[in-house]
Amino acid sequence: MPLFEAIRLALRTIRVQKLKSFFSLIGVLIGVTFLIAVVSIVQGMNRYMQDRFANGLIGVNTFEVRRFPAIDNGNVTDDTWREWLRRPRVNYKEAKFVAERVRTPAIYARTCFEENMPVSQGTLRGKIEVRAADEEYFRIKSYRLAAGRTFTLQEARAGLPVIVIGDLVREKFFPGLDPIDKTLTISGLPYRVIGVLEKQGTLFGFSLDRFALVPFGAPVRRDLCAENVVHELWAKTGGPDAMVAAVAETEQYMRIARRLEPDQPDNFYIETAEGALGTWGKISKILFLVLPGLVAISLIVGGIVIMNIMLMAVSERTREIGIRKALGARRRDILAQFVVEAATLSSAGAILGIVTGLVLAFVVKALTPLPAAVAPWSIGVAVALGVTVGVAAGVYPASRASRLDPIVALRAE
Amino acid sequence: MSEPIIRIRDLTRRYEMGGETIHALRGVSLDIQRNEYVAIMGPSGSGKSTMMNLVGCLDTPSSGEYWLNGQEVSRLSDNALARVRNREIGFVFQTFNLLPRATALHNVELPLVYAGVPTKTRREQAARALTQVGLAERMGHKPNELSGGQRQRVAIARALVNRPSILLADEPTGNLDSVTSEEIMRVFGELHATGQTVVMVTHEPDIAACAARVVTLRDGRIESDRSTRGQAA
Repeated sequence: MPLFEAIRLALRTIRVQKLKSFFSLIGVLIGVTFLIAVVSIVQGMNRYMQDRFANGLIGVNTFEVRRFPAIDNGNVTDDTWREWLRRPRVNYKEAKFVAERVRTPAIYARTCFEENMPVSQGTLRGKIEVRAADEEYFRIKSYRLAAGRTFTLQEARAGLPVIVIGDLVREKFFPGLDPIDKTLTISGLPYRVIGVLEKQGTLFGFSLDRFALVPFGAPVRRDLCAENVVHELWAKTGGPDAMVAAVAETEQYMRIARRLEPDQPDNFYIETAEGALGTWGKISKILFLVLPGLVAISLIVGGIVIMNIMLMAVSERTREIGIRKALGARRRDILAQFVVEAATLSSAGAILGIVTGLVLAFVVKALTPLPAAVAPWSIGVAVALGVTVGVAAGVYPASRASRLDPIVALRAE
Repeated sequence: MSEPIIRIRDLTRRYEMGGETIHALRGVSLDIQRNEYVAIMGPSGSGKSTMMNLVGCLDTPSSGEYWLNGQEVSRLSDNALARVRNREIGFVFQTFNLLPRATALHNVELPLVYAGVPTKTRREQAARALTQVGLAERMGHKPNELSGGQRQRVAIARALVNRPSILLADEPTGNLDSVTSEEIMRVFGELHATGQTVVMVTHEPDIAACAARVVTLRDGRIESDRSTRGQAA
């Protein structure tokens, strides 16, 4: 009997016993649902972490020199904390030293910031993140302007009180107004709004638009960090190779600037997008290690259920087997019939599982901030698993069916 | 006379049952010619079911020879026997033995499926066979939507669809009322008239009387082998 014939027969058998078939494939369905949903969510998280978290917070081919990591990699012990707090802060001299000596082409910007700086506009008051930065910071972060302009070199050099605001700041302090050339007061000094950044949206539910940028030399910098201190020295390179080279050079020159001995560890930290992804990488690796086990368990259970259903089917349909044998079915025809039936059943479970898995992933995507992205390979794996489980579960019942004596089988009720 | 379609020599069949040997057939020799209409009769325990299974290649003999359409089939493998059943034998059973969930057409197609006939040809041949037994209007019906007589006609169509060497019927009227029985026997008569070899196992004398030759078994041996020709039917 040709394969498609066997599949058609199997589909018909499944169709006439819808409920029974559904229950028998539920194990495979759950296993595959789980596989698809988890892979989709993890995959979505990966992309989210890459695009929004790492590249959004740090940026592609970008790194920053800091006292210690801003995005800490999981649990930090008390000892580590104490060591971090003992480290010297990055200062102007070091920043200048690095920027002047690193030969890989890169652009630099020093920043100082305060995450909850009180600001006001007329009667409106609130706290926002205020960040003092060199003029290249806009290029490093690839900020796009919705209105106005960034600092001119003169404004930056002279430290004039001008300000570029994030979208949420515009919304809060200049509702329904054009904020350009209006003022925002920080530490009692009015800052003239010269630009508004494009809306960047949220990360894990936190707005990325609740901040404003002033020139590094602006008066408010004194309230943001101590004299001579730089919170972060940002750098952006032209590509991945340049990035690696620049990070290596930066580390080398920071060590020279700080006169570290070869056996002394770095007492500063160079943060990159990959580094920030470290924790997430560990989590997703664990998930991908555990996932096969969980999927395997439900598929084994699903396979055993299908095997039982097939054994029942063989004994219920003994007479049918007898008839088929009398009419000329060979052992392998009967074998193929039942194996294909089990495989079809299991594949139907896998297909339903793919659908429910996808639905689940999209429901998670719609109802939670967790993103979901379907991994095409997981669908391929699911289908392959479905077929494999079915064939494996079908072989034993099918071989029992194929070995039935036609005379005995024909007498069965 | 040409080569007989069935040539049986000293056929025996023993079963082991609970440490006891049962001699179902104790040496049967029989020739059946092409286009013969033979009834095999006998009381229960006479060995006629065993005979039917052996002639139908569902079973193999303990000893002896069985030539079917020029081929010695008594020592064939399982697969080879399946092929012989598919090509050479058309079964008609007492309990019809149709697949309950399949339509009449699909039931008739079944032997062709195992013969590897392509779908389209198969449909046409099955439809032709059903038309031949007068069920052209009932092809899409399932067995439970058909009367007993109609079911047996479907079974006959199925038996004929592969153009077998012999039509082998086992108590074909056993589950039918007398009117329907006559109707079915008329079908067998017509098939015989068109050249079909028919072998029928029955214990009913009036059914056997429709055949041209009656072989009676008793205790695993042929008791009598006589022609009914010339006698009043």
